[in-house]
Order: sequence, then C-alpha cells, then structure tokens
Amino acid sequence: MIDGIGLQEILIVSTIMFFLGIYGFFTRKNLITILMSIELILNSVNINFVAFNKYLYPNLMQGHFFSLFVIAIAAAEAAVAIAIIIDLFRNIKTIDVEKVSSMKN
Amino acid sequence: MEQYVFYILAAIILVFSFLTVTSRMILRAAVYLLFVLIATSGIYFMLNYNFLAAVQLTVYAGGIAVLIVFSVLLTSQLNEKMEQVSLTKALAGGLIAFAGALLTILTIVQYNFRPNGLPELEPSPREIGHAMLNYGDNGYVLPFEVISVLLLAAMVGAIIIAKRPAKLLNEDRTIIDTSYPSDKNAYTSRTKAEIDSLLK
Repeated sequence: MIDGIGLQEILIVSTIMFFLGIYGFFTRKNLITILMSIELILNSVNINFVAFNKYLYPNLMQGHFFSLFVIAIAAAEAAVAIAIIIDLFRNIKTIDVEKVSSMKN
Repeated sequence: MEQYVFYILAAIILVFSFLTVTSRMILRAAVYLLFVLIATSGIYFMLNYNFLAAVQLTVYAGGIAVLIVFSVLLTSQLNEKMEQVSLTKALAGGLIAFAGALLTILTIVQYNFRPNGLPELEPSPREIGHAMLNYGDNGYVLPFEVISVLLLAAMVGAIIIAKRPAKLLNEDRTIIDTSYPSDKNAYTSRTKAEIDSLLK
C-alpha cells in the first residue's frame, strides 16, 4: 500500500484514464491512434486489478496474475493489429477508418 | 513523501493520456503514450509489485510503444497534422466520456470498500514462477499454457498478414515482378486505378 493514498484515489485516476481512452476511441479517425486509445483502456484496467489486489486482498495474487495475462494479450493484439494496418496501408495507401470501407481482396 | 510521488505520477498519467487522445501530430501522440505507460509502471513500483512493473516497462513501454512508433513511421507523413476533429463529434464523445467518468467516480467515492486485513504478500519472481506452473490451489498453469498458444498464433498471424504479397500487377494486369520491385508503388497487389476508385 502507498502511505496516505487510499484505494479510491487510484481508482479515480484509472477511471479518468479509461474514459479518456473511450473519448479517443470515439473521436479519432486514424487506425493507429485508435489502437493507442485501446492501449490506454487496457492499461487503466490493469491498474484497477493491481489496486484491488493490493488494497482489498493483500494475501492473494489473483489481480497481479490477471494483469500479467492482460499485458501478454495486449502485446499479441497490438502485433496483429499493426500487421493488419501495415497490410492495409500497402493495399489502399491510407489508414483512415472512413476511407477503409472495402475489405475485399 | 510517498503521497507526493503518487500525485506526481497521477498528474503525469492524466495529462499525457489527455494529450495522447487529442494531439494532432501522430508521432507525438505515440511518445505521450510512452510516458503514460512508464508512469503506470511507477505506480506498480510504489505498490511493491516489482516484477509486474518490470514486465510493464519491458513489454508495454519497450515493446508495444516501439511497435507503434515503427508503424507510425511506416504509414504516415511525419510533418502532416491530422485534420481537426469536428465540433459535434468532439462534443458528443466528450459528453459520453464525461458522463461515464462522473457516474463511475461517484460510485467509487460512495462505495465502502472493506479490506480483508490479512498480512501483505509481496510476490517474488520465485513465487510467481512457482504459481505460474502450479496446477493446485492458486496455480495458473492453464492460463499460462493458453497464453503461450495465443502468443504463437499471434506471431504466425502477424507474419502471414504483413508478408509482402506474392504477385504484383501492372496496369494491364500482367505480373511484373515477384522478387524485389524497384518502384515503391509496385508493393501493392492492386493497380493504381483500382486504388483511386476505392478511395472515391
């Protein structure tokens, strides 16, 4: 635990981070920036898991392990998403979501 | 003392997350995301989860952020600014995000969290390794194996998707080259006319 900091403070920080990610997800048009918003969201969820683990159940490690697995999944997701983005750019020379209407071929 | 360090980290996280989703220069947004990820690992260090903080630094800040920077360099013009978000869209997105954040924060502040008060466990890398390969109580061998299969599948998938297409077409749909094309437009498997019609 952090001296003088309660669970609520950490949760408020991660909540604001989560909804900033949601805002970016709604307003951005570039695929890479949308991916960055998703990383923000996943990261804030990780902070939540770790904080709950540390403050409410300090004798267990579930939250810790869940964050580890979320980090691994985020890495796999980013790798595949960036492969798709690069392939898309190679095929139609843009990564703007509004111009990418055709997934044919 | 620790309190102030936490407030500084929280300020870094909030300011740079905001800049990540609003900056119009895409490479700058990627670097701001890197700062957010590093500050997050600082919070993990403060909570005494040293191994998790190290994983956050290597995988997130070292791996994913660099991957994103590389993909930015491969796909965008660096000096080009992204177009301004339209006011209605920014307002609608901002309102939804603000309402959600307000609701969640009110719930968090009002809820009475009850710690179970048992002694703290500080996982050492040794204990983490034992738990990862343990199939008894508090063992995580099943998710560990599933995640290894997932990582393998993601790696194979990423290589296959991003691989250079085998055939390259000229304007008259004859195959021009299958090895190393000289002009960069030849990297696509479509002709230029097709790309233009798709973009319309």
